[in-house]
Amino acid sequence: MKKQFVMGNEAIALGAIAAGVNVVAGYPGTPSTEVLETIAKNNDGSIYVEWSINEKAGMEVAAGAAYTGARAMVTMKQVGLNVAADPLMSLEYVGIKGGMVVMVADDPGPISSQTEQDTRTFSRFSKLPLFDPSSVQEAYEMIQDAFDYSEEYHTPVFFRSTTRVCHGYASIDIKKKEEYYINKIEGFVKDSSKWVIFPRLSFNAHRNIENRNTKLSDEFSEYSRNYIIPSAGKHKALRKGIATHGISYEYTMENQEAGNEIKLLKISTPYPFPEKLALEFLEGLDEVLCIEELDPVIERELIYICGKYNLSVKISGKQDGYIALSGENSVESVKTAIDKFLGRVDEEACLDMLDEEVPELPIRPPVLCAGCPHRGAFYSVKQAMKGKKTIYCGDIGCYTLGNAMPLDMVDTCLCMGAGINIAQGVGHVEPDTTCFAFVGDSTFFAAGITGVVNAYYNQANMVLCVLDNSTTAMTGHQPHPGTGRTMMGDVVTKVSIEKILRAIGLEVVETVDPLILEESVECVKRVAAKPGVKAIIFKSPCIAITKPKGSVTIDKDKCINCKKCISQLGCPGIVIVDGKPSIDKSLCVGCKLCTSVCPVDAISSEVM
Amino acid sequence: MNKNILLCGVGGQGTVLASKIMAAAAMNKGIPVMTAETIGMAQRGGSVFSHLRMGEAAHSPLIPKGKADIILGFEPAETVRMLPYLKKDGVVIVNSRAVMPVTAALKNSDYNGKEMIDYLKKKVDKLIIVDSDKAAEYLGSAKVTNIVLLSAAIRSGELGLLKEDIKQAIIYKVPERFHELNFKALDYLDC
Repeated sequence: MKKQFVMGNEAIALGAIAAGVNVVAGYPGTPSTEVLETIAKNNDGSIYVEWSINEKAGMEVAAGAAYTGARAMVTMKQVGLNVAADPLMSLEYVGIKGGMVVMVADDPGPISSQTEQDTRTFSRFSKLPLFDPSSVQEAYEMIQDAFDYSEEYHTPVFFRSTTRVCHGYASIDIKKKEEYYINKIEGFVKDSSKWVIFPRLSFNAHRNIENRNTKLSDEFSEYSRNYIIPSAGKHKALRKGIATHGISYEYTMENQEAGNEIKLLKISTPYPFPEKLALEFLEGLDEVLCIEELDPVIERELIYICGKYNLSVKISGKQDGYIALSGENSVESVKTAIDKFLGRVDEEACLDMLDEEVPELPIRPPVLCAGCPHRGAFYSVKQAMKGKKTIYCGDIGCYTLGNAMPLDMVDTCLCMGAGINIAQGVGHVEPDTTCFAFVGDSTFFAAGITGVVNAYYNQANMVLCVLDNSTTAMTGHQPHPGTGRTMMGDVVTKVSIEKILRAIGLEVVETVDPLILEESVECVKRVAAKPGVKAIIFKSPCIAITKPKGSVTIDKDKCINCKKCISQLGCPGIVIVDGKPSIDKSLCVGCKLCTSVCPVDAISSEVM
Repeated sequence: MNKNILLCGVGGQGTVLASKIMAAAAMNKGIPVMTAETIGMAQRGGSVFSHLRMGEAAHSPLIPKGKADIILGFEPAETVRMLPYLKKDGVVIVNSRAVMPVTAALKNSDYNGKEMIDYLKKKVDKLIIVDSDKAAEYLGSAKVTNIVLLSAAIRSGELGLLKEDIKQAIIYKVPERFHELNFKALDYLDC
């Protein structure tokens, strides 16, 4: 063992390596991304690691590997699980040979996601066992348990974590290389009665899964990471208890007093639920408070158990207002809930220091970076389509931020790749609307191509704008098929977006630099006037992966203070100093878009 | 030793590295550390924070309200925003340089942070104001503002870490070609 200061996601990755993982696939998505990146960074060459084209592909690659007896892991965020649901639902019926962990990061808040879905609920639906760690150290250890259970029961298992565990850092004990598990791979053994899914197989498998999960429920009652903390000290005779999980367990512990603990049930495997352990916990209690984030999973299980065994214990939590129905918990919110549950009044309640005298605090919504090429693309389309009836269907990525004022260029955003098909749907109903769909390069590969085929086949009328910044920017610059690099470090042939579009059949496909405003505007006008499905590829690299081109300056004498540079572009690099626009040199990268907007040519560029 | 340090600012100001350096310094002394920070969409010009908890007492990486020993504020308004986390008699170190958000520029506001600093002066007894523009001019770089602020935390005596601890951590966490600049930044407030 040695001490290392790691992020939760790094701990999960290092734990998987210690468990002898052989194949890791995934698709980037906050807060899951660093798991796969850490595997790649610590790969001694013996592990196959890939960023897959999307979560479905990753799930299938991992499944194939696990069929051979390899230990496999697939990583994604919670919404990615929806994309991978199809193979996973069937895979649970077929089963696996080598241990397979489906690592999913949930995002209570949500902090950077479309939904607050709970993978614990998905685990009941899909019947996969689930592991839910509370801390960075526990994540490191528990992922190794997850591989063992998966292999023993021939089922993929979920390893589900949430943002505060994924992105929290802690100094933890990790194994030395000599202590790693080494997995021996038997290889794929042909057996069509096992690996080919047919109704007969599914019927038998369904029964076996139900029986197995009943057995697992018993086994999980003995699992060391599901446990009861007995009541102590002044709470010894208290007939009240707390049931909790994940980061909420740590928030609860923060509110427990050493020596005076309230009886507590910690659940690390909410499915199959450790029923026997729960019964032991409920013994001698009149009331239980369930402290959970997202869905009331433990709360429902306990209500079910009380019904099943005819126990008269009042179960509280989300349904009766102790815990918020949405958003994440905090040390404070958990404290408030416990105080209410115990009928306790806190005399030391922290007074909010922000009184009525506090000056108005500026709001800082996330914005496109200074010099972001997406700003040029959105502004060009906006200028070109002035006065026309349009809809701008957005998608998932940095460019969702094109919705902010003053650009205001995202009318819809649903999920990965949806914008392309939504634009078609609107167009079929409103033929007089020019329908635009904006999609990033990585999203195009992940979920956009079938939408374009659909549009072309069904004779839609739309303009596809691919915002190609040569990276997966929002999640931290991962490579994708268009970048010509893989996660194994290989340089490969780039997949050309233009060639794909032409191969589908699109006749109009133009590529333009979005930071050259005039050319860009002309291009949009020209392309939008054509019939059918047509595409513009706005090509310019993300500013975070290129060197700044210098910066611009505003000539104070020439400036007429019309503030058009600010009101048109909303670039964070242009600020107001002493009532006049001024360039923040620490942010400006010299994209020069503002020089095209200034009506009096007061902005000029300094080359570095 | 149990210490809660809250770092706050605007995306891109170097809060994360400062927190990493302190964590490394604590680790070197065998003190358990936990941190949590803003990652993802909010980093794009949004308000960012980094919670740092040293010692055995912490269970979760997030500092409860009213429990921060020090707030290390990289921007005046962001520092005011985080004030509810400060404990009674806690120390606030604030950079006087304001970062104007796009929303303020659009509204024609000339937000410059002065009223935020005035508010902090009224509310916080142990307030240390750092002029990062002046420091950057002297040091020839604005990139080490985080280290200047960190050195103010050391000087306050509330951090529980010494200059030498931080120096060792810089050697460990920062590429060698930047060591000299970082050391100079660490000494800036002493000269």
